[in-house]
Amino acid sequence: MKIDYLGDASEEDLSPLEIPYFLNTVRVGWPSPADDYVERPIDLNEYLIKNSAATYFVRVSGDSMINAHIGDGAILIVDRSIEPSHNKIVIASIDGSYACKRLLLKPKMCLMSENPKYPPILINKEEELEIAGTVIAAINLY
Amino acid sequence: MTFALVDCNSFYASCERIFRPDIKKRPVVVLSNNDGCVVALSKEAKQLGIKMCEPWFKIEKSFLKRGGVAFSSNYELYADVSSRVMQTLEYLSPNVEIYSIDEAFLDLTGIRDLEQFGHQCRTTINRWVGVPVCVGIGPTKTLAKVANYGAKHYPATEGVVDLSDTKRRKKLMSLMPVREVWGVGSRINRKLHTLGIETALELAEMDIKLIKRKFSSVLERTVMELQGYPCIGLEQQPKTKKQIVVSRTFSRKVNDLDSINEAVSDYAARACAKLRRENQYCKMVSVFMRTNYFRKQDRQYHGFKSYRLFSPTNDTRDILNATRQLTKQIFQTNINFIKAGVMLSDFYDEGVYQGDLFRTIDKRINSEELMTTIDKINTSGIGKVTFASQGIKKSWSMRRLLKSPRYLTNWEEMPVVK
Repeated sequence: MKIDYLGDASEEDLSPLEIPYFLNTVRVGWPSPADDYVERPIDLNEYLIKNSAATYFVRVSGDSMINAHIGDGAILIVDRSIEPSHNKIVIASIDGSYACKRLLLKPKMCLMSENPKYPPILINKEEELEIAGTVIAAINLY
Repeated sequence: MTFALVDCNSFYASCERIFRPDIKKRPVVVLSNNDGCVVALSKEAKQLGIKMCEPWFKIEKSFLKRGGVAFSSNYELYADVSSRVMQTLEYLSPNVEIYSIDEAFLDLTGIRDLEQFGHQCRTTINRWVGVPVCVGIGPTKTLAKVANYGAKHYPATEGVVDLSDTKRRKKLMSLMPVREVWGVGSRINRKLHTLGIETALELAEMDIKLIKRKFSSVLERTVMELQGYPCIGLEQQPKTKKQIVVSRTFSRKVNDLDSINEAVSDYAARACAKLRRENQYCKMVSVFMRTNYFRKQDRQYHGFKSYRLFSPTNDTRDILNATRQLTKQIFQTNINFIKAGVMLSDFYDEGVYQGDLFRTIDKRINSEELMTTIDKINTSGIGKVTFASQGIKKSWSMRRLLKSPRYLTNWEEMPVVK
């Protein structure tokens, strides 16, 4: 497996969105010559969250999406502002509760599990389909 | 000028529905602290004939039997949803005044298709956050409020009303009771009725000089605004607070000094944290406590006492000293208390206070560092640091039996999907 190094992670990953920009904001006397090279620590929020007003987290229970690398207990990052489209993993309302499924619009509109144990759920009319956001990432802890 | 008022529909009830698709069509009510009475209700609950402020114990049985769902107030959830609504509005429009937890004014001057903008607000907030809103648009803030009233009451508007057109404005105002006008309270409403003024339009057509003579310059401004002359601008900087009150109803009758002391200390500590968040220092500390007015068989009592500190402070320890003494003075034995509270007032900005010539200001050492650290820990979500006098068991604290999970603010309570 090939791995690209991205940089050091900040200690406060997944902390509230507070980001230190530069170390010396008020310049008194000589600026530190290293200041030009100061960068922000890598912030996972920045990587995972594109639209914080529309993003929320849910926890997965069960193994119905295991083949999409979404395991039991995983945390999903859901962005409500992304239009659900063909082949996207979405949060859909099924029988009055929310479930994570892959949305297929063709050949027939349905919600697929990523586990052969569970049959697809066919959607007859578009009005019956209620989507509460598109899953943009899954966090699994090992 | 053009203003819009964006107002969330039955805000608390709508928040409760975001993560509960099963109750989308069912009647929903939200109860006040201690599950006492109804503070918010969905359209479906209104259709069942339920009113605001109705005591929960009176309607509980029949409401649940008819398929209703009730929630204790979940302010952690409402505050987070509110900030998401405001953030979305700030994305849509550069000038936003947050007016309350569920309302905001926007300055739309320069936008061409106002009605289309209104619908864009509605669909974006509904998609991104998941709560329904109504948008009222007009040349003044008061008219934007009138427009919002129209958007709420007439479904044919699809939640957006633009009152740029004077004919439309007159028509809606002629249908709107005068007590619904922004700035008309119940006292002014009664006085207007004696003058034969029943609708917003009749108020708008009043002689301004007469209004100023018979009422106040505040109502004069309201009338000018109804006529389309902007008098109130957008306030983007939140005003600094003039006082902070923290008070709660107890879950049961309390008649011992120790419990009252704990409760008052707890409220005082919360009030101090709020004070520091506002970067203010206070000189006046008040404590109040009262009995349950509805228990006619009990002896009734309402105690209120204030204490002026020698110099302004925001150190919880100074305030706790004051509230402890005040509590002891107000407390009486053999009385069933149901509510207590703490009020801080007489605020000063940091460093502006002129000290007493004969009394050196005895500021505690490292006070700021200690308070900052406590506030940091208490907002970290990891644990809490409290003063011993705040108590541990808090047997007097609120009853919130029907509270929904803190979906958006707690790792342990986030929604679960299958």
